[in-house]
Amino acid sequence: MSVLVNKDSKVIVQGFTGSEGTFHAGQMIEAGTNVVGGVTPGKGGQQHLERPVFNTVSDAVKETGADVSIIFVPPAFAADAIMEAAEAGIKVIVTITEGIPVNDMVKVKEYLSDKDCVMVGPNCPGVMTPGGAKVGIMPAFIFNPGRIGIVSKSGTLTYEAVDQITKAGMGQSTAIGIGGDPIIGTSMKEAVEMLMNDPETDGIVMIGEIGGQMEANAARWIKENGTKPVVGFIAGETAPKGRTMGHAGAIVGGSEDTAQAKKAIMKECGINVVDSPAQIGETMAQLVGVKA
Amino acid sequence: MNLHEFQGKDILASYGVNVQKGIVATTADEAVEAAKKLNAETGTEWYVVKAQIHAGGRGKGGGVKLAKSLDEVRSISEEILGMMLVTPQTSKEGKKVHQVMIAEDVYYPGESETSEIYMSVLLNRETGRNMIMYSTEGGMDIETVAEETPDRIFTEEIDPKVGLQGFQARKIAFNLGLSGKAFKEMTKFVSSLYNAYEGIDASLFEINPVLKTSDDKILAVDAKVTLDDNGLFRHKDYAALRDKREEDPTDVEAGEAGLNFVNLDGNVGCMVNGAGLAMATMDIIKMAGGNPANFLDVGGTADAARVEKAFRIILRDDKVQAILVNIFGGIVRCDRVAQGIIDAYKNIEDINIPIIVRLQGTNAVEAKKMIDESGLKVHSAIALQEAADKVKELV
Repeated sequence: MSVLVNKDSKVIVQGFTGSEGTFHAGQMIEAGTNVVGGVTPGKGGQQHLERPVFNTVSDAVKETGADVSIIFVPPAFAADAIMEAAEAGIKVIVTITEGIPVNDMVKVKEYLSDKDCVMVGPNCPGVMTPGGAKVGIMPAFIFNPGRIGIVSKSGTLTYEAVDQITKAGMGQSTAIGIGGDPIIGTSMKEAVEMLMNDPETDGIVMIGEIGGQMEANAARWIKENGTKPVVGFIAGETAPKGRTMGHAGAIVGGSEDTAQAKKAIMKECGINVVDSPAQIGETMAQLVGVKA
Repeated sequence: MNLHEFQGKDILASYGVNVQKGIVATTADEAVEAAKKLNAETGTEWYVVKAQIHAGGRGKGGGVKLAKSLDEVRSISEEILGMMLVTPQTSKEGKKVHQVMIAEDVYYPGESETSEIYMSVLLNRETGRNMIMYSTEGGMDIETVAEETPDRIFTEEIDPKVGLQGFQARKIAFNLGLSGKAFKEMTKFVSSLYNAYEGIDASLFEINPVLKTSDDKILAVDAKVTLDDNGLFRHKDYAALRDKREEDPTDVEAGEAGLNFVNLDGNVGCMVNGAGLAMATMDIIKMAGGNPANFLDVGGTADAARVEKAFRIILRDDKVQAILVNIFGGIVRCDRVAQGIIDAYKNIEDINIPIIVRLQGTNAVEAKKMIDESGLKVHSAIALQEAADKVKELV
């Protein structure tokens, strides 16, 4: 079953004919994703990567029955693209674009609040269900179909976790890169909740970083509702206070959002916190009884 | 992007926010001229000389002083301009003062007592909405107020559909205990302030203090304005306000080369792709007994030119005893990164500290082979644990 995307997902690419969109759409198709077309305003009617291009998302939905969209539109137009997808009835919107102004995202979040859709990102590596669909920019070859769900704020650190899970003799049900921006569509708690409710997921890897309350919220939810083993890691134990570490959201403001504080809360809530990111794979293998 | 007080106030004033008037000066002569001009415009006879640096707590470090005559404007400006100003928010060395703002005195006596208010506008990350945070305890460190008298801090969240409403501005003015003319001025102040916040794509306003004067005017005496870097494309004129002198020169240089770099204090440098993995790599260095010398995200395209630049920047710090390169090649091919490292190493020539290169992902095995056969003093690794062990060996 997995979550968010699977082999039945009909995926369109917004920003299809741009260089990013073209490259990654090609990679997605190669990974077996059912890409049914794309949207680039003004290029409707053309063919690209042997698939139809539409002027609007609603045209694409009407013609192809698309239910998932991935967005590669530049930051200045990305908020508009997200709202267009939601309005057209897309159910899962994955926003890869990095650098969307915060005030645009405030409006987007409000706009999406009464729409029947899930948005993942922005500024994220996307979502992948190995053997089903890759709706993102992650390297597909490190994945292996399996039963471990992965949730992470960071891109390459997600790949690290995926790779360790694969090498430790397991595989992934779905990996969700939620992104590291101050405002994101799917919170860590929501992503964990989806995986916790997924009958095809046996364990969850949750990777956070300094800044914000998202990990603590997810941990508290897990304490109340958790039914599966969770391995947790928080990056940024050594990050200094008051400096932004790459991601717009990765800044230590108060005492609550340090790596130490988050790890302590996660441990209290029954999460298996690893201090070294090199131990994610083996720790999960032990918990679910797989010999690495 | 952070702005100076005078820049922030200019922008706020352009949105109709009432501010303490002032003129910026870079020499004592200019300061005296500014004071004369201010006297003609506002009638003020006392002046406040305020150091313009990107750090709070300037008063505590002697960077804000009252001048009761033009002679004092000159002598105080001479003293402050060029000084290394140390405040609770700067490093031990402090920050060099390049310019001062000569501002009108707004604490003049009158019919009522003056009072200082705290006000900020920022994003509430929990709800994804902007909010106004305010307190009757202005002029103080807000963290202290939050700790000691949290009941004196109020927040007002703004619905993005409709923006700040009149009842909200009134609520703020009521909670601040204002009445009469000051009440009316405050509702106008709050509305203009919020308009400015949305209008300029700000990510933080902190006005501490907002002053109620003795004749019941409301004005911003200080202004900390931070702009959202992602919104700058809409405000080309504000982008020009960036003062690179206020930033770490190495960070600026790295930024221009497309590297995201933060200078730290440790002995092991690192070069990583991706912010999360970079922080995790710093943590690994610490666990292996070292201390990270920097945060460095080379981004998605770790080509030879960038790798070389990154090496050069890290090597400039003579505390660095080893460098850990940690690249997870997804879309980037590891063999290309390996070639970049080899080329960069050869170009720089005099690298005499050990370098550990961990390349994982696309073509990792080929990449390791290239590094091992290059004849360079480079240690290679594929698994993360392997790299951590090598750091331990070397530190």
